[in-house]
Amino acid sequence: MRQMMKGNEAIAEAAMRAGCRFFFGYPITPQTELMEYLARRLPEVGGTFLQAESEVAAINMVYGAAGAGGRVMTSSSGPGICLKQEGISFLASAELPCLIVNVMRGGPGLGTIQPSQGDYFQATRGGGNGDYYLPVLSPSSVQEMADLAYKAFELAERYRTPVMLLTDGVMGQMMEPLDFPDSPPVPGEKSWITDGCKNRSRRLVKTLYLDPADLEAHNRHLQEKFEQLRASETMSETYAADGAELLIVAFGICARVARTAVDNLRAEGFPVGLFRPISLWPFPAASLQNAAEGVKSLLAVELNAGQMVEDVRMALPGRKVDFYGRMGGVVISATEIEAEARKVFAGGVS
Amino acid sequence: MSRNAFVRPACMTSARTHYCPGCGHGIAHRLVAETIDELEIRERTVGVAAVGCSILIYNYFDIDMQEAAHGRAPAVATGIKRVLPDRIVFTYQGDGDLASIGLAEIVHAAARGENITVVFVNNANYGMTGGQMAPTTLPGQKTTTTPRGRNVHLAGHPLRMAELLATLDGPSYLARVSLHNPVEVARAKKSIRKAFQCQLLGMGFSMVEVLSSCPNNWGMEPAKALEWVEKNMVPYYPLGVFRDAMAPASSREVTENRDESSPKREG
Ligand SMILES: Cc1ncc(C[n+]2csc(CCOP(=O)(O)OP(=O)(O)O)c2C)c(N)n1
Ligand code: SF4
Repeated sequence: MRQMMKGNEAIAEAAMRAGCRFFFGYPITPQTELMEYLARRLPEVGGTFLQAESEVAAINMVYGAAGAGGRVMTSSSGPGICLKQEGISFLASAELPCLIVNVMRGGPGLGTIQPSQGDYFQATRGGGNGDYYLPVLSPSSVQEMADLAYKAFELAERYRTPVMLLTDGVMGQMMEPLDFPDSPPVPGEKSWITDGCKNRSRRLVKTLYLDPADLEAHNRHLQEKFEQLRASETMSETYAADGAELLIVAFGICARVARTAVDNLRAEGFPVGLFRPISLWPFPAASLQNAAEGVKSLLAVELNAGQMVEDVRMALPGRKVDFYGRMGGVVISATEIEAEARKVFAGGVS
Repeated sequence: MSRNAFVRPACMTSARTHYCPGCGHGIAHRLVAETIDELEIRERTVGVAAVGCSILIYNYFDIDMQEAAHGRAPAVATGIKRVLPDRIVFTYQGDGDLASIGLAEIVHAAARGENITVVFVNNANYGMTGGQMAPTTLPGQKTTTTPRGRNVHLAGHPLRMAELLATLDGPSYLARVSLHNPVEVARAKKSIRKAFQCQLLGMGFSMVEVLSSCPNNWGMEPAKALEWVEKNMVPYYPLGVFRDAMAPASSREVTENRDESSPKREG
């Protein structure tokens, strides 16, 4: 049944329908509705909502709950996600599945409660200590907030990894109609959880490997998993890319705005298309290379000083990629993107 | 020490512990293990190891365990217990872990009355990292980061965790025990058992603070270290029961209004 919902609430409801029964979090704008929604809804389905004393405590509760076999999540924004990095590194090493939602706000520091995409680097480069990555998914509509929440749990349990949903304050507040996916993700195999060693040998959830050979072997195992994710789990979308001479690359809220700009520019006769990474890590480099074939110019648009553009440039070595970004909580308008695109055309699409 | 001192508890592995001679961790482990055996809860217990000398506790216990980040064991235990409310969940933490970096986690777990049991080993310093000042380091005590002795005007005063948590409504059982002689070890065992029983009865948060020795970093022979616990730690950290929700109401009142100088013993 189609219903109207705010982005933050769509993630919460979808996570619940995806079988998530445990939430541990700490209030911070602009993610608060998400936790308030679950504070209301989770007890109705026999789930547990717990407001933790800090984001540090919340993510470590997630660790304990995931290790005990619970389908579990947390959510926060910039300053709170920083505090969670300790736990995220531990979750990645101990290979514990969970969902972490970052409803981004402007930084650094306290910054602002207005939207931003400034946490791209932190999210896609692991964020905590040590060599690790976690899948990072970026929704561009309220429908996708729900779809990707399901996808996140599926990936988390299939690969035994924390997964991040990276969105922002505008997306979180946006009201749109959506349908919830039908069936929750199939639970992953859980022969590793610590739930009391009844009729089996004991199990251990840990991250300490004192012998360098052991830790290197563990790291190699993690790296193999990351390789597998890179090979099989990239997600992206192209829009009006056929015959495009200029390809705009944008994710999340910027991709939405860019879509409008593409429509307007196309109406004026400019051959412009859009490439939208949905998985930010693993970055859909191969799909981007395909989409960029035959394209003359590229323009990355982000709500930051230029972060995803580095992945775009890495995917397209030797190609010139222009960048347009705003910071500090300013949201880019379609008009601004159109102006940037016209500049590219005026300079001669190269 | 308990009567069958040389018989390994069934829930302990045959691995030799890595602790220094005379270290209190080995005795404290044993008391926890005996309790698990006696209460017959091995197959439904999940332990949480904390960062510190006892991080490898999972090598010695034949039970399911999770290893927590430094100070976060009560949060990890909370996560486990909320998913598995019918399992017995305990943490085993040092004083740096529990009273310094993990202060928020322990206070809030206690305030929530989280139905977990905490075994808190207070050895007045950071053992694992080589004997730095802990929040429990005594005034005047020399450590590698207080080489002239802890100056309370610069480094602050020690925390008395059992008393601090006793100001909260959440805990069901709070006691401080010591391992400096066999009589005290026997009392410690009783307290640890009671703490686990509180959890089994669903009464909420329980913690036993165990005064313990670190002869290695204190630079003392094991016997001398035990003497140091008795002569220096016990006067600062009075032994006794600070909360006992299982006790009859009348004795509970006495316990909670105890006189600091003559702490009430668990009966
Ligand atoms: C976040 C973090 N900070 C610092 C450390 C280093 N560290 C390891 S053990 C330890 C102190 C542990 O002391 P305590 O809790 O008193 O236990 P003990 O070793 O005395 O049993 C420290 C500071 C760490 N592992 N993680
Ligand atoms: S350093 Fe101290 S606490 Fe650590 S094992 Fe040795 S005696 Fe025990």
